[in-house]
Amino acid sequence: MARFVARRLLSALALLFATSVVVFGIFEVIPSYNPARAIAGRNANATTVQQVAQKFGFNKPFYAQYANTMKLIFTGQVIDYQDDLNVVDQFKQRFGATLSLVIPAGLLWLLTSIVLGSISALRAGRIADRTLMVLAILGVSVPVFLLAEVLLYVFAFKTSIFPNTGYAGISNPAQWAYHLVLPWFSIAVLSVGFYSRVLRSNLLDTVNQDFVRTARAKGLSGRRVFVRHVLRNSLMPIITIFGLDFATLLGGAALVTEAVFNIPGVGQYEAQAIGQLDVPPILVGAMFTAFFVVLFGALADILYAFLDPRIRLT
Amino acid sequence: MAERLLEVESLQVSFATEDGLVRAVDDVSFTLDRGEVVAIVGESGSGKSVSVMTLMGLTRGNNSRFGGSARLLGKDLISASEHDLERIRGKEIAMIFQDPISSLSPVHRIGDQIVEQIRAHEDISKAAAFDRAVELMERVGIPRAADRARAYPHEFSGGMRQRAMIAMALSLSPSVLIADEPTTALDVTIQAQILEEIKQLSGSGESGVIFVTHDLGVVADIADRVIVMYGGRVVEQGTLDEIFYDPQHPYTWGLLGSITRMDREPPRRLPSIPGLPPSLVNPPEGCHFRPRCPHEFEQCPKVPGLEARVDGSPEHKDRCWLSLEEKRKRRVVGDQIGLARETVIG
Amino acid sequence: MSPEDAPAQPDPTDAGHARTDAGEVRVRPEPSANGKPLISAEHLKLYFPVKSGVLIDRTIAHVHAVDDVSLELTEGQTIGVVGESGCGKSTLARCMVRLLEPTEGSLRFRDRDITHLGRRQLSSFRTEVQLVFQDPVSSLNPRKRVGQIVGTPLRLHGMARDKAQARVRDLLARVGLNPEHVNRFPHEFSGGQRQRIGIARALALDPRLIVLDEPVSALDVSIQAQVINLLDDLQDDFGLSYVFIAHDLSVVRHVSDWIAVMYLGKIVELSPARELYDKPIHPYTEALLGAIPIPDPKENRARDRLVVGGEPPNPINPPQACRFHTRCPRATDVCRTVEPPLAEYAGGHVAACHHPMSVSEDEVKRATRSSLSPLSAGRLLPNGQEAPEGSEAAA
Repeated sequence: MARFVARRLLSALALLFATSVVVFGIFEVIPSYNPARAIAGRNANATTVQQVAQKFGFNKPFYAQYANTMKLIFTGQVIDYQDDLNVVDQFKQRFGATLSLVIPAGLLWLLTSIVLGSISALRAGRIADRTLMVLAILGVSVPVFLLAEVLLYVFAFKTSIFPNTGYAGISNPAQWAYHLVLPWFSIAVLSVGFYSRVLRSNLLDTVNQDFVRTARAKGLSGRRVFVRHVLRNSLMPIITIFGLDFATLLGGAALVTEAVFNIPGVGQYEAQAIGQLDVPPILVGAMFTAFFVVLFGALADILYAFLDPRIRLT
Repeated sequence: MAERLLEVESLQVSFATEDGLVRAVDDVSFTLDRGEVVAIVGESGSGKSVSVMTLMGLTRGNNSRFGGSARLLGKDLISASEHDLERIRGKEIAMIFQDPISSLSPVHRIGDQIVEQIRAHEDISKAAAFDRAVELMERVGIPRAADRARAYPHEFSGGMRQRAMIAMALSLSPSVLIADEPTTALDVTIQAQILEEIKQLSGSGESGVIFVTHDLGVVADIADRVIVMYGGRVVEQGTLDEIFYDPQHPYTWGLLGSITRMDREPPRRLPSIPGLPPSLVNPPEGCHFRPRCPHEFEQCPKVPGLEARVDGSPEHKDRCWLSLEEKRKRRVVGDQIGLARETVIG
Repeated sequence: MSPEDAPAQPDPTDAGHARTDAGEVRVRPEPSANGKPLISAEHLKLYFPVKSGVLIDRTIAHVHAVDDVSLELTEGQTIGVVGESGCGKSTLARCMVRLLEPTEGSLRFRDRDITHLGRRQLSSFRTEVQLVFQDPVSSLNPRKRVGQIVGTPLRLHGMARDKAQARVRDLLARVGLNPEHVNRFPHEFSGGQRQRIGIARALALDPRLIVLDEPVSALDVSIQAQVINLLDDLQDDFGLSYVFIAHDLSVVRHVSDWIAVMYLGKIVELSPARELYDKPIHPYTEALLGAIPIPDPKENRARDRLVVGGEPPNPINPPQACRFHTRCPRATDVCRTVEPPLAEYAGGHVAACHHPMSVSEDEVKRATRSSLSPLSAGRLLPNGQEAPEGSEAAA
């Protein structure tokens, strides 16, 4: 275990470093990118721009700028260029909304995929299976922004069953859930399609394994054979991809959903920053995501080792 | 006379595949008494495994069709409902498989897998079932069973895994134990140990054992009666000595002749049966062995019945058109079974 | 499509004369150690490192897969290597074809030291030595046609396309397959036919030596005999030498001139094939022989078998001194303290045991320490005498 933690910490540091250098480096090579001009405003004259560049250190060499920015990030003092807001504070404030969006959505898509994937596998080749798999392909192929807009149009604009965008804090759980049902759904649909297909094919592989035959030969009921032996042994690949998907969503990958439904999460903030080439939020967002990817990668591995004793954590 | 456990009559199993109907088992009949070992011998595709898995209901599926009957203590297994079968499987009939690593669940502890089976049939506490699992493991020769019961299959050696499988199969003292090539994946010294284990079991008179194998050496070591299968059909069946010393079917002759024996000076060439086993989708008309048989004649395109000789034991049957005189004249099983030549009747 | 559906091939090697020849005893040249060795291994070791560490992996132990093995094979002969899983026989096979580089010791092929040769230097060796695998299903690329599988080595060694195609057809016919089937895929053949494809591929470059790693273990009994007969014919026709790996002693008897029995990385007995079965000297050999049931009920019942208990120990941490002592019914204190050297008896029959079986007192007295003995072995011979230094005959 010590070996596992040590290795993961090391790889986390390496990944954070690499991510930050790459993201930072991209802006260094983008032509006509001039952060000083952006900060100084549209009407600033050359002198002002010069002064801003001086103040923010944009005329220093790459490594010095990078070191400075990292120092600011890790001391919590970095501000964005657009609105002079403290980036770390922004992430802290907005993370609650992202969690509200992503955790229930993750549970929703995971459970739904397990149910639908199982039904599909148990009815393989029959009408229920075929229908589900066609729906799964639809779910995978519909773009999130389109699905979100359609949902809004049908359920908010036309029928007013759900509210038209916006976010309510969790202090009022009913309102909170009421506002988030459509966003949860629109995030889940894509993953349900993908996950249930993966699970179905895993299940169909596992059903033909010798140990499943043994389980039947022991006289276990069909349901017990399925849950304890088939399903249990088919969940592993799902866990790995779930860890990664969930991590990137926490890091802000739900930005389209957040933007469409106007949810003040980290994704929305990142989306704005990307639109304006505002480096600090983008950089922090990338490192934020990288952090979760490492964390959930490790958690998935631990769960994996727990579910499959043959796997040893290294 | 020992109690009759199992009566299989004209068992037929076929599977619908994309290539057509596969007649995996075509007219198999045999009986099993308590305390005896019946070996089913055949090569891959002979239908030996499918036959025994069908007894357990393990070949049931959307694409399978069954015919005939298999009565376990009077109760038909072929027509039994899935629910009834669940109660019989593991309790009345248990099975051990060829490959003990893939046949045990990789993610459950050995002891728990045995507990699971006990508790599927008996209403006892987990702790009590676990104690029994440990006892069973001790009985089949697993050292430090109390510790080992908490280990996972991958932490066991091949031989120990197969012992664990046997312990599991014996957990509810089944009347019938089916062993499907249980030693094929094991080393020879371990095979010898496992065979001892199974011999003791049948010797104790608790169960009847159906032993499926392709290895005639193992058959000679363990069986009381032998069923030889080829292309989904029984081609010959009889007692161990009848099959080895008075074989009636040309396939049995070929099989006995192509054994490699390490206690004899090797022949210049190993006798072998030319050609390949038949396709089960599109089998040869009549006798399935016909295309490989050097004794084929005009009768062979008709399916021969499985019949006993007039002057022989009524239980020694074979499926061949050759007359008794012809068989005696033509029978050569090579130098490999020396005794066969001496004891040929007639 | 199931492999059974491939039509039966006319089989020139088996069809007619199989049964009529059955009675004859095969005549093999007397095994001799004097002939020119084609390949020889001296104190060959191959250890696989076991690695672990918090951040950087360190080697914490070794799997002693092949642990000081010496043997040689005379041109045109076959040596059978027999042992249970984990004894190192397959690793030895892979060393001998230099798929693995030995950790220690030396390997010579036709008087050339090939122990540590690199890829390029090995290329001529690669044409002369071929490997045939156990599993004819997984060792053939399922997406390649038979013609490509057999022809690729030819093309790689610079043969023109049309010439290579003609040669492929010849090879297929030679191993008893229909040359018309060059465009079929491996799954269209049965197990025995696939093994024939593997053999045809091995033959493509006219090798001198073929290492066969359990070539018939995965096949049905009647098909095993066909393939063994084929190998026998090919040996006669092409003057091939074989290293034949097997997990039990029943099959190798028919093909081998010499048989080496391995246990936990070491050779415990090496004998002319014929003698091994009548006169096993090492108790492990006796156990291997006894473990195989004889396919003859009466003889089987009458037989007195030495059934050894237990299982082979872990090759990471093998037992001290004689490696078999933990399972051996004859083991005494000396077996736990002194590693037995390979003692040489009459006729080049060697065995590493302090308490040899099947040999007379006189034979034991005359035994000498074989030069094939592992370097770590003691000098104590079964007759209780210490072999003097340098008493071994030169290899």
